[in-house]
Formats: sequence, structure tokens, C-alpha cells
Amino acid sequence: MDEKTEMMDFIGISNIDELFVDIPEDVRIEKLKIPDSIDEHTLRIEAKNILSKNKSFFDMPSFIGAGVYNHYIPAGVYAIGSRSEFYTAYTPYQPEISQGMLQTLFEYQSYIAELTGLDATNASMYDHASALGEAARMAHSINEKKEILIPKNLTWQKKSVLWNYIKGLGMNIIEYNYEENTGKIDLEDLKNKINQNTSAVYAENPNFFGVIDDHVLKIRELGKFIFIAGINPISLGILKPPADYGADIAIGEGQIIGNPMNFGGPLLGIFATKMEYVRKMPGRIIGMSKDRNGKRAFVMTLQTREQHIRRARATSNICSNEALCAVFSASYLSFLGRSGLKRLAEINVQRANDVREKIASINGFRNAHNSLHFNEFVIKLPRSEMDIHRYLLSKNIHGGYLLNTWNKNAFPELGDAMLFNVTEVHTDEHIEKLLSALREVQ
Amino acid sequence: MFHQAIWEEKLIFEKSGRRTLKLPNEDVKLNVNIPTDLLRDNLNITDNEEYEVIRHYVRLSQMNYGVDLNTYPLGSCTMKYNPKISEEIVSMDQIKYVHPLQDESTVQGSLQIMYELQEYLKEIAGMDAVTLQPVAGADGEFTGLLLVRAYHENRKDFKRTEIIVPDSAHGTNPASSTMAGFTTIEIKSNENGMVDLDALEAALSEKTAAFMITNPNTLGIFEENIIKIAKMVHEKGALLYYDGANLNGIMGKTTPGKMGFDIVHFNLHKTFATPHGGGGPGAGPVGVKNHLAEFLPVPIIGFDGKRYYFDYNVKNTIGKVTGFYGNFAVLVRAWAYIKMQGGNGLKEVTEMAVLNTNYLRKKLQGYYDLPFKELRKHEVVFSGTNFKPYGIKTLDIAKRMLDYGLHAPTIYFPLIVEEALMIEPTETESKEDIDKFAEIMIKIANEAKESPDLLKNAPQNTAVGRIDEVEAARNPILSWKMLKK
Repeated sequence: MDEKTEMMDFIGISNIDELFVDIPEDVRIEKLKIPDSIDEHTLRIEAKNILSKNKSFFDMPSFIGAGVYNHYIPAGVYAIGSRSEFYTAYTPYQPEISQGMLQTLFEYQSYIAELTGLDATNASMYDHASALGEAARMAHSINEKKEILIPKNLTWQKKSVLWNYIKGLGMNIIEYNYEENTGKIDLEDLKNKINQNTSAVYAENPNFFGVIDDHVLKIRELGKFIFIAGINPISLGILKPPADYGADIAIGEGQIIGNPMNFGGPLLGIFATKMEYVRKMPGRIIGMSKDRNGKRAFVMTLQTREQHIRRARATSNICSNEALCAVFSASYLSFLGRSGLKRLAEINVQRANDVREKIASINGFRNAHNSLHFNEFVIKLPRSEMDIHRYLLSKNIHGGYLLNTWNKNAFPELGDAMLFNVTEVHTDEHIEKLLSALREVQ
Repeated sequence: MFHQAIWEEKLIFEKSGRRTLKLPNEDVKLNVNIPTDLLRDNLNITDNEEYEVIRHYVRLSQMNYGVDLNTYPLGSCTMKYNPKISEEIVSMDQIKYVHPLQDESTVQGSLQIMYELQEYLKEIAGMDAVTLQPVAGADGEFTGLLLVRAYHENRKDFKRTEIIVPDSAHGTNPASSTMAGFTTIEIKSNENGMVDLDALEAALSEKTAAFMITNPNTLGIFEENIIKIAKMVHEKGALLYYDGANLNGIMGKTTPGKMGFDIVHFNLHKTFATPHGGGGPGAGPVGVKNHLAEFLPVPIIGFDGKRYYFDYNVKNTIGKVTGFYGNFAVLVRAWAYIKMQGGNGLKEVTEMAVLNTNYLRKKLQGYYDLPFKELRKHEVVFSGTNFKPYGIKTLDIAKRMLDYGLHAPTIYFPLIVEEALMIEPTETESKEDIDKFAEIMIKIANEAKESPDLLKNAPQNTAVGRIDEVEAARNPILSWKMLKK
């Protein structure tokens, strides 16, 4: 007797269908119209064939960023992330047998706390965009006010995600301007838009244009509101932590630290806040405690904020998060350490500004903003965005982000413009290839 | 006896070393000036040797439990085996090193996989259109409820502010309802653990936006009145929402579409064998019937017979729910799983999952209380109340299971079962493993009566003993930075 029959015998059935008698006949289906099973080898061939139609960075150098960034990931990060004790686990509901994941996530939180200067961090949000949505909701739950001020220079995608997160609260989004010549926050405009209804002000440094913006230092003095700082975690290797300029919440994209681009997912939402607001924070939080014998131990904590306990009154609905991406980030930051992260930030600043000068020295190409940049910068183009994009593609180069074509023509003041991203992964050859192609289009 | 590894592993911040990793372009000279008032003073993290980092996290991994070690019977989480070929596929450069904003012509492979997955999911759920954008089950719920809202508002029906859920619902249901701007009405289950039709009738009104249920429900019981329920909900002008967390119990047997649901979210990390990642990433695609397709998030992936493309042309789209197109690397794994199972294989998955559950249910009956009926689908919920006289709680049973090298089931959920033990063996566990599992649970049931201290003092064989969770919440230490203070 085979196992299946043995089990059916034990239950007292002779046909597997007897286990499905509770499904009304009217709703049963005969079969799924999905092709028959294939073996692993056939799948491997098919996957390789299909994916050969993709061009990776190694097939075609690319200079696109705009929210997801290509950075060097040490082989060791993949080795650690591939430990199946980590990746085949789930949320550490039984902490005693899950100390490895819990300590690693505690270390991730600790890294984010050191980088942002804020004590309380969670174990991850979905991505930067959803972290912005959650931060706006959190601000509302702190002060019950209705308006969030955001920079005009954000992608439409981020604005759309934000809107979906807050419209149920009856909140509004108000955009403030940037200075045309520097690309920095227009502080006058921001100041004029802050009033008694302002729940939160969101500002990024470096901003969407890659500009390192010292105007963020002036935001806190503009009033009493929740200040949400958007950060790039690598830039914090050299830049002042947002806690030092008065941020209440810091958010950012954690893909940047140690996670591959993966065609945009999974990503990793960074989220940190002050301890005074921790009970309003969304997401899983790992805390340090002790076991019965007084030994150090880690555990999910402050769970009364969460959906499985507080249900309709939870701070958020988030359950599954991006824990494995946080493992990647924790190990990445451990490989880099203090000296590596600082050096990496410097390399990004230096490379971006060098390449920016070189492109701007080509006839017809101009810098859009007279500022220092982190690893991204805007170049005004001598021809249409699409023309230049297509020409670069024909040379097997992926250019930057088409600032108007791909962003609902939000920046008429820039005309035809491209947002280029340069990081440590770009070799001198990659850059020379880009420059010589651009010289040809002028 | 099982013994988990015990490494006295310090925090990485408590070690010190030197950096051995060399960065690309490491020697670039910094000759630009960063405004001094924006410069960071110090960064309080350590440098480490590469080998030391590897040792640190490999040691930590040895103090963690995953599906690859043993049975992981978390109810409602569907902890099935994760095929390794999927990990191999997603490690390809054409996945890892592809940017989401690349030109369509350079990502045809990604788009093809997404398109095919959309088609498969439509078929599995009996839906007309699918978005792959939500990145977790709860994110799918949130997206689905935004669609509910958009649907009613588009019909100028602004009074529908309520979402009804049964009291057995996952906590994410009411939480998602709040996030989408609704009020949640919770209705009591009937004496059979199913939706109480009278309670539903009483709760339904012109204010109802949707009724949100999972079927099989969280007790593993199939809602036999589903046709009637769908009719009642639709007659009131409301929509019926399917929480797909329990899809493993019905694949290939019925579809949410057939049952009359308007919206479905999938949990690819559950039903479609993508790894749970220690808490994520998951993926929570949403399928809808035609009347809701015009509201889906953008882009949908289209195919014109020759080329795959991003379709932003969705008439009344709600816009975006996450930054790009969803958790692509998770989507690829689900696609690979469906390809390997095939249509028939998916049906067999469900048959085996349900067989395993009922086999285990029968084995444990008599040792643990079984509230409600016998026949279950993908999961079964027992109650630990019969151990009360011995001073034993479900928590103690769960902790004792860890001593035997088993993960515990989901406990204290659903809320309608006192001292709940929610067990989902999944189809990938063999009879031998289920027998072993049952044997241990029976042994623990006997220990509870004969030597309850064994349970109260458990676990003993894990890296740490039972943890003081109350103290952790009372004096939270959430980072190294706070510990140093």
C-alpha cells in the first residue's frame, strides 16, 4: 500500500475527493488551464532563454538611478543571504529558536540608528515610497493635522504611493518648490506654505536631483511639525545624520545598501524615529532582553502596536516585511565598516562630480544645478530626451532618467534633461564610452 | 535529542578589527568640498575582516530555524519547501543587475515572466485581470481595498464606508481596512466556526463597501454557504473580497471567481513556495473581475503578440501602491514554481495539503481538543484548554515543541478558539514526517499531565531559554546606540 492510500485508510476515506465534499458542486472546477508540469532542467533552459532577452549592467553599462541604485555588493553578502537557515525561516514568532535572525535584525536596526542618529528603528518597510506613506500616516497620528508638504522634485510614482496611503485619512499633499539655479529647497516657498494645518514636512538630502542640500539644516526652525527626512544611507557615511538637524522621522531606500536592483523588487524601506514616538511607529521592532537565566536574548517587541493584536487600531497593516533584505544590508555594512562606508560615500561624490563636469564640458550639454552632487546630477540636453536616450541605446549604453518624458513633464523649467547616476561600479571605460557617445550626438 | 547550536556571539559592534574589503575605485582622491555644516562628526560602527563577518553571520544562522531544517507547521503561513532551482534562477545577472526604469526593449525577459505569471494567476483564481505590484499579503489587501473604494466612488456611491470581516479574520484584514479609510465591522462566527448568515444579514447595509473573508477560513473550514454569501453581499451592492492566505486549500478544486468573489489577493510566499525570508520579502498580487479592472495600479504588463510592454493605459487607475512593479525576484520564483507544478500539479498540491492536514488532525484527536467539525482543508486548529487542570497553557506546549527540534504552530490565533494551536503541515511533508510530528505532540500531551514542569521550563535545547517579553516591552532597547546609553 502506498503512503497516500495508507493515510486515506487511516482517515477512513477511499477517494481523495471525499476531502472536498464541503465545496458545493456548483463552484467546483474540472482543471486549471495551465500547461503541464516541466522538469527542473527544462525550466532552467527556459528561464535562461527568456532572461537572455534582458540586458543587465554587465551586458550594457547603465547610468540610471532615480530611486534604485547599482552599487557593488560583496560576494560575502550573497553568501550570508543564501544561508537557508535565514531565508527559509519566517517572522521569528518563536524567539528562542530564532535568535540568529533576531540578532541580525537587531544589528540592522542598530546600523540604521547609528546612521540616522535616531534611536528607534523598525526591522524594515516595503520600500522608500511606502515608508514615506507610513511616515505621513504616523505624523497624522501624532498631531492629527491634515497637510503634508513635499518637494516638487520627486518621482510621480512616489507621490502616487504617498497619496494612496493618506487619502483615507483625509490628508492633502502640498508641493513646495526648489531653487532653479541650485536645485536646493526654496526655503521661502516652504516657509510660506507652512501653517497651523501642517502635519509634516518631507525633505530629501541628497534630493531627487542628487543635490547635496544644506537647506535641510534650516527646516526645523520653520515651525512645529513632524519633520520627515529622506536619506540615502550611503551618503550618511559622510553627511550629518538627520537627527542632528531636527528630523523626527528618517526614511530612505535600503536597497542601496547591499541589495541587488532585481528590476525594482524586493526593495527595503528604512524607517527610524525618536523614542518618544516609538509607539506610533509601524512595523516589526526587535528588542534586546534576557532569557530566564539572565542571558542576553532578542525578541520582537512593542507588538501591541501591530495588526495581529490591535487589528483595526494598529499603527499599520504591515505583517510580512523585507527581513531578508535587512539581513543583506546588515552584512553589507559589516563588510564595509566605518572606514568603508565613509570611503564609499566619498568615492560616490567625487566620481559623480567629475563625470558631471566632463559631460557639461561637451558642447551643448549643460549642468542644470550649480551645487555639489552625491551620485546623481541633472544635465540639460542639446536634443530631445528621447533622441539622446535612443542614440545611447544604439551604442549599447543605457543613459540616465528622462526627467520630463518619464515623469509626466513635471519639470518644464528644465527643458530636455537627463538625470545621470554614477557610482563606484562605473569603471573609467564605462564613463569614457558614455562621454564619447555624448560627444557624437551634439 | 535536538540541540540547537549555541554560539556566545557578541554584537558585531562589540568586536573590532580592520577592513579587508577593497572597494571599486577605492583610491579616488576626494577633492570636492562638502559644506562643513553638513559633515558628519563621527560614525560609531566598527571595521571588520571579511572572514570575521562571514563567521559572525554563519554562526548566527546556526541559531535560526528554517523549513530546510525541519517541519514548520505555522498555520496560515503555508511553510512549504522552497525549490532550490528558483534560487538559482534569481541569482542570474539578468535579474539582479537590471534596473526597473530601463528601456522596455532591454527588459523583455522580465516582462515576459511577469506577463505569464499574470495569466497563470488569473486562471488559478478565476479572475479577469491581475496586478503584480503589491509586495506582501497585507499590501495586497490594502490595494484590494483601495480598488473597492475607487469602484464605489466612481459610481458616485460615497456612503459605503464599512468593511465587514468575520471575527476569525486575519488581523491584517481590519488593519488594511483602516489604512484604506474604512471602518471595520466584525461579525461573530456561528457555532460551526463559519460565517453566521444572520449576523451577516444584520451587518450588511447601503454603507457596506465589501465583505472580506478567506475561504477555507482560518479554522481550515470551507465556508459551505459561500454561494449564498456572495448573493447576499452583491444584492446589497457591496463587493466580496477573497483573502488568499489560504489558497493552498482549494487550488484546482474551485476558484474564488467561481465562488463569486470580485477581488482576490495572493500570497506568493505561501501558496507558490517562495521563501519567507525570515519575515519577508513576500509578494501579494491582486486579481479582480472585469468590473474592477479599470482601477488597477499601473503598469499592467501587456503583450501585443510580439513584444511585451508596460501598459499605463488603465482608465481610472488608483496609481501606485509601491515604487515599481512589485517584488520581481519573488514573482520569478512563483512563476518557476507554477511551471514546475503545471495545472495538474497544483491540484495535487492542494489534495496532498488537505490529506496531510486531515491525517494529522485524526492522529491528534483525543490528545488535543478539536473545536468545530472534523473535515478541514489546508490547516486545523486545536485547543490546549484540556491541559488547564495541569497549569499548562498553549504557550508551554509551543515552547516544549522547540525542545524536540520542531517549530511550533501558530498560537493564540484565530481569536475565536481559546488557547489555539493552528497547524498547517503543507503538502511537502511526508507521512513519515507527519507521523514524527504527531508522535512528538502526543508525547508532549502526556508530559503535560505527568511532568508539567518540563513544559513550563521549556525550551531548554535552544540557543536561549524562555525570554522575558514583558520586560523587553517595558524597557525597550532597540539598537546598539540605546544599549550604550
